[in-house]
Amino acid sequence: MNKNISENIIYWLIRIAAYLIVFVVGYIVFDIVIKGLPKLNMDFIMGFPRRSGSEGGILPAIVGTIYLVSGAILVALPLGMFSAIYLTEYARQGRFTRMIRLAIVTLAGVPSIVFGLFGMGLFVIFFGFGASIIAGSFTLSFMILPTIIVSSEEALQAVPQSLREGSLALGATQWQTIYKNVLPYALPGMFTGSILGIGRAAGETAPILLTVAAFYLPRLPSSIFDQVMALPYHLYVLATQHPEADKVLPMQYGTALVLLLIVLIFNLTAIFLRSYFRKKYKW
Amino acid sequence: MKDNLKEIIIKKMLVAAASTSIFIVLLIFLFLGKEALPFITEPGLSELFDSRWIPVSFQKEIFGIIPLITGSVLVTAIAAVFLIPFGVIGAIYISEIATFFEKELLKPFIEILAGIPSVVIGFFGLMILNSMVKDIFDLNTGLTALTGGILLALMAIPTVISISEDAITSVPWSYKEASLALGASKLQTIWRVTVPAALPGIIAAIMLGMGRVIGETMVVLMVTGNAAKISWNPFDSVRTMTATIAAEMGEVAFGSIHYHALFCVGIVLMLVTFGLNMIAQKVLKKYQMR
Amino acid sequence: MVKFTNPKITIEKLDFYYGSVQALFDISMHVPEKKVTALIGPSGCGKSTFLRMINRMNDIIDGTHHKGKVCIDDQDIYGDGVDIVALRKRVGMVFQKSNPFPKSIFENVAYGPRIHGIKDKAKLDDIIERSLNNAAIWDEVKDRMDKNAMSLSGGQQQRLCIARALAVEPEILLMDEPASALDPKSTARIEDLINELKKNYTIVIVTHNMQQAARVSDYTAFFYEGNLVEFDHTNTIFTKPNIKQTEDYITGRFG
Ligand SMILES: Nc1ncnc2c1ncn2[C@@H]1O[C@H](COP(=O)(O)OP(=O)(O)OP(=O)(O)O)[C@@H](O)[C@H]1O
Ligand SMILES: [Mg+2]
Repeated sequence: MNKNISENIIYWLIRIAAYLIVFVVGYIVFDIVIKGLPKLNMDFIMGFPRRSGSEGGILPAIVGTIYLVSGAILVALPLGMFSAIYLTEYARQGRFTRMIRLAIVTLAGVPSIVFGLFGMGLFVIFFGFGASIIAGSFTLSFMILPTIIVSSEEALQAVPQSLREGSLALGATQWQTIYKNVLPYALPGMFTGSILGIGRAAGETAPILLTVAAFYLPRLPSSIFDQVMALPYHLYVLATQHPEADKVLPMQYGTALVLLLIVLIFNLTAIFLRSYFRKKYKW
Repeated sequence: MKDNLKEIIIKKMLVAAASTSIFIVLLIFLFLGKEALPFITEPGLSELFDSRWIPVSFQKEIFGIIPLITGSVLVTAIAAVFLIPFGVIGAIYISEIATFFEKELLKPFIEILAGIPSVVIGFFGLMILNSMVKDIFDLNTGLTALTGGILLALMAIPTVISISEDAITSVPWSYKEASLALGASKLQTIWRVTVPAALPGIIAAIMLGMGRVIGETMVVLMVTGNAAKISWNPFDSVRTMTATIAAEMGEVAFGSIHYHALFCVGIVLMLVTFGLNMIAQKVLKKYQMR
Repeated sequence: MVKFTNPKITIEKLDFYYGSVQALFDISMHVPEKKVTALIGPSGCGKSTFLRMINRMNDIIDGTHHKGKVCIDDQDIYGDGVDIVALRKRVGMVFQKSNPFPKSIFENVAYGPRIHGIKDKAKLDDIIERSLNNAAIWDEVKDRMDKNAMSLSGGQQQRLCIARALAVEPEILLMDEPASALDPKSTARIEDLINELKKNYTIVIVTHNMQQAARVSDYTAFFYEGNLVEFDHTNTIFTKPNIKQTEDYITGRFG
């Protein structure tokens, strides 16, 4: 019986450890929601910041993030989708394919600040874009490229081989087969992957730190060569760089909440859609 | 024949798209190398191994990256202390012990955690964990390596859990059945059969998680206090390689020694994460071969 | 081994490899025009592999290669400059597991003709009706052409796949165990259909079912472990085979 008791104790320790994670996550979200909610009004969301962000709203940061993320998706989505199509539909085993896969894995592991360094070196300095939306978007797009490739590949692989064979056997060319008989069933999954990418791009700070983000710029950008504020960087600035960081607590929490909401909405949508499509296309 | 030409063009385009990943990786190495290289001639590579990092000084700037490396190592080691047990136990619980209902409850939390931006985690650390660490350990400041390590562990937990969980669930049911049939308890089976069988996958998961920890920037920038000194004390302030780049690159003069030094730090960072990643992939591949 | 003066398909000294594993060994065979040729043999003996050589379906599998020749009407289909698309249009295929596209019934049959450039609606309608008729399924689906093909029964799905193959007007029809997943009634319909179709098409059919081979085919080839053991009139194969192995298999002593 002794053995049973000690087993039981271990069970409970494991259970407690697992639920501790849940508790911490819940605590973080709860803390930010409770303290940020009072700020969540039109003046805050649609307003411009004043007095270096101590007052007013965060519209430029929201808009900046939207621009950056849209730009990143615009670049990464086609690149990622085409890469995935090549890898699943065309690639044969061999050195070239192995190199591509190695590169994707490497890219997925590159620290975000290194993306920042690289983006700065390439886009800001070498191409002379300066700190700008275009530099930031490209940098972010490289960062989310592996996410998009991997989930697009998954979506393509989920389409049964028999559909490809059926089409080829009718004398369709390979591209006709892909275009008419594979992509239509893989697209939902591919877009789901891109939503995950959006969530990641929206929340990243380090890559935009060196390529685009403005400390305080209370107006909307007029071209892709403008600097912009961005939500994650704005939160960082308010929390650590602001001269009266303690006094702007509500602003910090408000910003954190908006950022968290945007990112979580994208992520949860992606998760929901993924399970929905998995059920819908059970071949 | 018109069709044929179209097919060939499309394929070429797809090849080009797929090659961009290779191209980007090469460009990253190239640019880091190009911007770091001048440091070798002026002031010389040996300067990097100094034990002090004093980028702004009236006498002599010193760019020894040793304190930055030890800072990263200390924070990473602390993170590992939390990450490994919680990550592995979490994965075991979700895949082997939790009921269906519990799984449906636990998984979304892990996915939410994976989605929380690092700056928000850092913000939480600054607001809550900071004062908790300060009070519990009776310190002058809560901005310590310990605070950073805990938060980093939290950030990397989803990576470790999801990959370990895959490894654990793919252990054939027949192994477990055999053990249970021999009269082993469920816990013994998990410990003696399931976990050892899944070990390569779990190790790879931990390595990938550690890769994330080393590369993470915002959290450490916000909560470790950023003192560039060699220390192995978890209650000290430290400064990591990532935080150094993030904090200093914005103010540095283009082309200065400081600028090149920061790119040297970037290369070290890149090589370390690249190495970890490669080893993890090797382990995973071996494992999937079986 | 029977030979024909004017075979539709001529296979000469064919070896085939999946990577380093050889799946077909030195196969030479004639397939006569507008007849039904059945391929029989135990599971894994290479029947599907052989069938897929004839429309170059094995090309899409990574790491395969072959030696020897496959000719249709004296043209080497693996020769230089052969248009695979045109080849596959001439050689239709019906798969073991019916694989209707998750589109409407109409779109399924229209898929092939559309790809080959037929846009005219009236012409398309005509082809589709004729194909469905030839596949003996028109009456069952004519009122619900816009319904998803996945909603059909297994037997209907397989006949739809046959119609889909007929719609591109091939000369040769390859069938890989077309009735293996069907109930006896659907199987009988498919067999009747094959008897009808051989008037206009050269048919090669893989089957596991001895009676079926005996019922529908004019010639039968017996494969064993990647080798063509015996090829003759179906009558001969089933009544007095020349080779002991064939007899053992037919009489159910192994396989
Ligand atoms: N894609 C493949 N890769 C490697 N080997 C294969 C592949 N497809 C088939 N084989 C092998 O080639 C041999 C012949 O297979 P094939 O499918 O042609 O047999 P079959 O006679 O059609 O069998 P069945 O009656 O079960 O359909 C088998 O040993 C099989 O394992
Ligand atoms: Mg077969």
